[in-house]
Amino acid sequence: MAAASTIFRFARLTSCAGKSRSLIFNRIQRRGIASCIDPSLGLTDEQKEFQKVAFDFAANEMAPHMAEWDQKEIFPVECMRKAAQLGFGGIYVDPEMGGSGLTRLDTSVIFEALSTGCVSTTAYISIHNMCNWMIDTFGNTEQRERFCPDLCTMDKFASYCLTEPGSGSDAASLLTSAQLKGDHYVLNGSKAFISGGGDTDVYVVMCRTGGQGAKGISCLVVEKGTPGLSFGKKEQKVGWNSQPTRAVILEDCAVPVTNRLGAEGQGFNIAMKGLNGGRINIASCSLGAAHACVQLARDHMSVRKQFGEPLSSNQFLQFKLAEMATKLVASRLLVREAARALQDNRPDAVALCSMAKLFATDECFTICNQALQMHGGYGYLKDYAVQQFMRDIRVHQILEGTNEVMRMIIARGLLTES
Amino acid sequence: MLCTPILSTTHTHIFSLSQIRVKPDHSGVVTDGVKHSMNPFCEIAVEEAVKLKEKKLIKEVVAVSCGPTQVQETIRTALAMGADRGIHVEVSGKDYETLGPLQVSKIMAALAKKEEAQLVILGKQAIDDDCNQTGQMTAALLDWPQGTFASEVAIEGDKMKVVREIDGGLETIQISMPAVITADLRLNTPRYATLPNIMKAKKKKIANVKPADLGVDLTSRIQILSVNDPPQRQAGVKVETVDDLVAKLKETGRI
Repeated sequence: MAAASTIFRFARLTSCAGKSRSLIFNRIQRRGIASCIDPSLGLTDEQKEFQKVAFDFAANEMAPHMAEWDQKEIFPVECMRKAAQLGFGGIYVDPEMGGSGLTRLDTSVIFEALSTGCVSTTAYISIHNMCNWMIDTFGNTEQRERFCPDLCTMDKFASYCLTEPGSGSDAASLLTSAQLKGDHYVLNGSKAFISGGGDTDVYVVMCRTGGQGAKGISCLVVEKGTPGLSFGKKEQKVGWNSQPTRAVILEDCAVPVTNRLGAEGQGFNIAMKGLNGGRINIASCSLGAAHACVQLARDHMSVRKQFGEPLSSNQFLQFKLAEMATKLVASRLLVREAARALQDNRPDAVALCSMAKLFATDECFTICNQALQMHGGYGYLKDYAVQQFMRDIRVHQILEGTNEVMRMIIARGLLTES
Repeated sequence: MLCTPILSTTHTHIFSLSQIRVKPDHSGVVTDGVKHSMNPFCEIAVEEAVKLKEKKLIKEVVAVSCGPTQVQETIRTALAMGADRGIHVEVSGKDYETLGPLQVSKIMAALAKKEEAQLVILGKQAIDDDCNQTGQMTAALLDWPQGTFASEVAIEGDKMKVVREIDGGLETIQISMPAVITADLRLNTPRYATLPNIMKAKKKKIANVKPADLGVDLTSRIQILSVNDPPQRQAGVKVETVDDLVAKLKETGRI
């Protein structure tokens, strides 16, 4: 019984490289998931279908290549375009523009499942989706028709440009200027740590058209190839290696006024609204990694023997595993609730998104780190996937608003009420 | 050009490869709480049916599954892949536990006649019981030609050319329609359902049918006496010389 199906799965794998790793991985995906951490619990039948497609895609198209993409720093354009064909390019974008028109919760479920195949690639897909949504929501009809269909098919890729060398957490103090000259804005400045920078086609850039602070910021869409747009060197990172990260440099870069999303001064608001969803997406990516790591740890514990017994007989490790499972489920519940709140535009949505991002990214990193520890020395080898999950999600505690900034947002929400 | 419906069975709603445990009373395996999914060979069958529809060689694909309410999930997966409508043949409880290829093929034969199907495509075997009988029995009950272990299927006029995977290699046969085909591994690679198709599948109809309505008797002709784990692997024995080895082999009756 088992033999027939394993052979079938081998037939589906496209790459022979890292076959032993994909063997470990595919067995994970196909096995019955321990019921208490099963991510399909509580979902509608339709959501379970979405999740199944995402899990299958992750297991067959992403997991076998995850290590190679990380090691060789490959931006997997073909694989992402295959994902786009299934509707993953504009998951919560209007179907009229080529998107899938799903809810934030559907999106969270999908990214959580895709992350089990490769966190770094899924995280980039989520950033692309965020930019696509920003244009779809705040752009006028001409802008939406110009950009969204190509972004939904991933014929074109997008990048989100807010952070600068001098303004990270203090995003509203950004300096990139956009001076109005006739029917163009002339942009000067630079953006730092831009995911996809240099390899993507559409840059959603937050820049200063007015005075100081958030109210002086506007949102402009800059296309690759525009004179004055250039890129810094490709950064060498601890993780997220399947996406290039570069500085984006603007030197007297002329961008038509018709590329401005929304009104002058609305840019910061657009950026923050994009990030609310982005935070749920990033938290969902952390969930997927943690889920994969709990399964890897559990399986390793059943196999590895010391002191004459499998590790799974050791009470300390049993308790550790239980704690990991509990943190995973708690994080998942918070992330999914935040997704529902955002979808319904509830008053607590912003705070909940921040709480979900803060809690899930921290807890899931702890889970992955602990899973690595439970693998012993093997956990430190690149032959084992657990180290890549840990390295890849470490940055989730930093970007899209550091977890410190998340605390600021939550505290502000609590204290302004009183 | 043919305009005919196809029936495609997804009847096998198999359990995934987690730790399968034998029930304490040895009457079967534990199925409670085990995740079920579409049999991989049935996925390939559905994919082939949808491909034929896309080539406009057949008019409509009907996905069929026999079992309790859970199998509707499997039918929905088939709908999301491109089947037009579904039929859920309700079988539950004791009947479901004893449901075997004979019963399913009777159901399929009855449905094929009722729907006036021109083609029935099934997976070659279920990966939980490995019977490899349903397709063949269905063809026999209908007195239709069969193309089993198909790795290639082509409709030419009112005939089908089927390339079969057999022990000696590949065999090409020509059969007339209506016919029964069973799908083998290399027939195609099933597509992923796309998000839009999953949403469209919600609107597609799944009809509920009872075996009694089709005049099918589900009584099993087989009684399962016991189900046991395979014997535990015994430790081996080390021997010092070749003579010892030969003596041991003779002793245990191996030679």
